[in-house]
Amino acid sequence: MNDVVICLFASAGFDKAAQGLAGAGRRLADELGGRLRAVVIGAGADTLALEFSRLCDTVIIADQAELAEYQPETCLNALVRLCGELSPRTVLLGNDAYSQEIAPRLAYRLGGSAVGDGVEVRVEGEALRVSRQVYGGKAQAVIELKRMPAVVWLRARSFAPAPARAEAGEVTRAALDIQADTRTRVIERKREEQGEARLEEARVIVSGGRGIGGPEPFTTELQPLADLLGAQMAASRAACDAGWVPPTWQVGQTGKKVTPDLYLAIAITGASQHMAGISEAKTISAINTDPDAPIFKHCQFGIVEDYRKVVPLLREKLAALQK
Amino acid sequence: MNILVCLKQILDPEIPARDFRVDPARREAERGSANLVTNIFCENALETALQLRERTGSAKITVLSYGQPSAEDSLRKALAMKADAAALIVNDGNANPDPLTTARVLAAAIRKLGTFDLIMVGREAGDWGAGQTGGLLAEELGLPCVSFVDRIESEGGQLRLKRQTDTGWEVLEAEPPIVATVTNDEHNLPRIPKVRDVMMSYRQPLTKWTLDDLGIEANEARAGNTYYQVAELFIPQKETRCEFVTGDTLDQKVESFAKRIVEVTSAL
Ligand SMILES: Cc1cc2nc3c(=O)[nH]c(=O)nc-3n(C[C@H](O)[C@H](O)[C@H](O)COP(=O)(O)OP(=O)(O)OC[C@H]3O[C@@H](n4cnc5c(N)ncnc54)[C@H](O)[C@@H]3O)c2cc1C
Repeated sequence: MNDVVICLFASAGFDKAAQGLAGAGRRLADELGGRLRAVVIGAGADTLALEFSRLCDTVIIADQAELAEYQPETCLNALVRLCGELSPRTVLLGNDAYSQEIAPRLAYRLGGSAVGDGVEVRVEGEALRVSRQVYGGKAQAVIELKRMPAVVWLRARSFAPAPARAEAGEVTRAALDIQADTRTRVIERKREEQGEARLEEARVIVSGGRGIGGPEPFTTELQPLADLLGAQMAASRAACDAGWVPPTWQVGQTGKKVTPDLYLAIAITGASQHMAGISEAKTISAINTDPDAPIFKHCQFGIVEDYRKVVPLLREKLAALQK
Repeated sequence: MNILVCLKQILDPEIPARDFRVDPARREAERGSANLVTNIFCENALETALQLRERTGSAKITVLSYGQPSAEDSLRKALAMKADAAALIVNDGNANPDPLTTARVLAAAIRKLGTFDLIMVGREAGDWGAGQTGGLLAEELGLPCVSFVDRIESEGGQLRLKRQTDTGWEVLEAEPPIVATVTNDEHNLPRIPKVRDVMMSYRQPLTKWTLDDLGIEANEARAGNTYYQVAELFIPQKETRCEFVTGDTLDQKVESFAKRIVEVTSAL
């Protein structure tokens, strides 16, 4: 009853989020005196289950044909069944789109309460308290969940990974008799090409805002700079809304939550909703014409200049320094 | 086709951080001189609905809000954007009800308003950003839910919903009725209503109900905290001192900027 269940989609792989989720789960399970159990859902769950068996007490694989590819209703039904049988105190998920879509409904069907985008989870007597940013990152709230189980989706990448255990956890395959719920069906799935690595896993990010002025400079100016730095490209919502770059590039409260070592913000004001996505960046730097731009309040270092003058020169200097 | 769009009125999320205050005792934001606005994602939802109506030629759009009496302004603006009907459930209880309370109130109001093929909400609100109303509303109504939608088509009685994922996008086919939560993209920026239409909207009918009109546990809804409650609210103090690179020429400035970048990245 004091167990913690972490739910993972096999399609995401053993990334920083999966590891952070196991870390958060392990610490919570220890605090509660329960076990850490993982449910891995979707095609390819075997490989991921093996990784998780080193971190969790038990791992359940749910990879039957109906669950191979993510379908919201069917997947939800399966998780409700699996979590229902495990009757945990807490269910943890990541903050990917699928987890966010499912978590509140999972809580509802389990008779529990959900809260999302958590950056800290702690046990307070009988209750679970979750810290999260609110008001577009301008404030922080602590939410106390009133019903059990507590279903929490986390900024998983902000949590330290779990230590490997001497003894591998038991891996089982769920014997689920699940029917596909076809009231909604994914009929097309498209990946926006954006280099090899995922933005959330990037160690260096070059990000552009409205001040970039159009789609071309992203290709002609920012991309070559990113290439020099081995960086991934990102953008503010304003640049995405303008259609200059795909929505998958958006960083912020309602975009990606990133955790790079360096985040270079070019022609981005630094609205709180944007900063909400980079609060875990180690170093933030900016190029902006406005010395009073809020972004500089978060920067370790910055330059007040027109990016059109800075970026070409910066590429030259970096290329020279890297030799 | 009958479409219902839920709208939430919130404190303007664009006010700068330096003007933002909270009352830790009441665990609420202070209004200050900030405006009240319609949550942007709710407006993205309405815009998506309006475009769907334009493409299908015939659809009725009803807008619904659960909020303070001032939320009437959000509904009036929606009428000015050419929604067909509007209803307000006046909240005379907890001004920040938990998401399950909101979903229950909205579900009861929706049942009272009629039957709908498509129920749309914003993906989350710019104030508390819980991101749960859509999912919980779907559960209350016993309907499927598709999240992060930015475009909807109707074809032969089926709905086609394009939605954003972490790595790209998906298209889902769905049998109505369903709930959809809407996110922003370049095509659903909300239209700006004409000033004349905003003025005219105040003459249009608008349904107003209280919690007691809905046949739900009104006092539980007023308390609004059986699902969760806010235990603390504060503004984290965190200020970094930015070191601006200096130099007599642009070349010198960029040179030292480049050096700082290399310092940070070569440690990787
Ligand atoms: C509910 C909600 C959720 C949101 N979620 C997000 C989110 O997830 N992510 C996000 O990014 N935003 C989000 N926003 C929007 C956010 O509030 C800002 O509107 C947005 O981030 C502004 O983008 P920007 O900084 O690129 O544009 P602007 O605010 O227009 O800033 C442009 C900047 O470029 C600078 N500039 C202009 N020209 C140059 C030049 N030639 N060289 C150098 N600098 C130049 C200017 O000085 C300015 O600082 C959200 C808003 C709401 C209400």
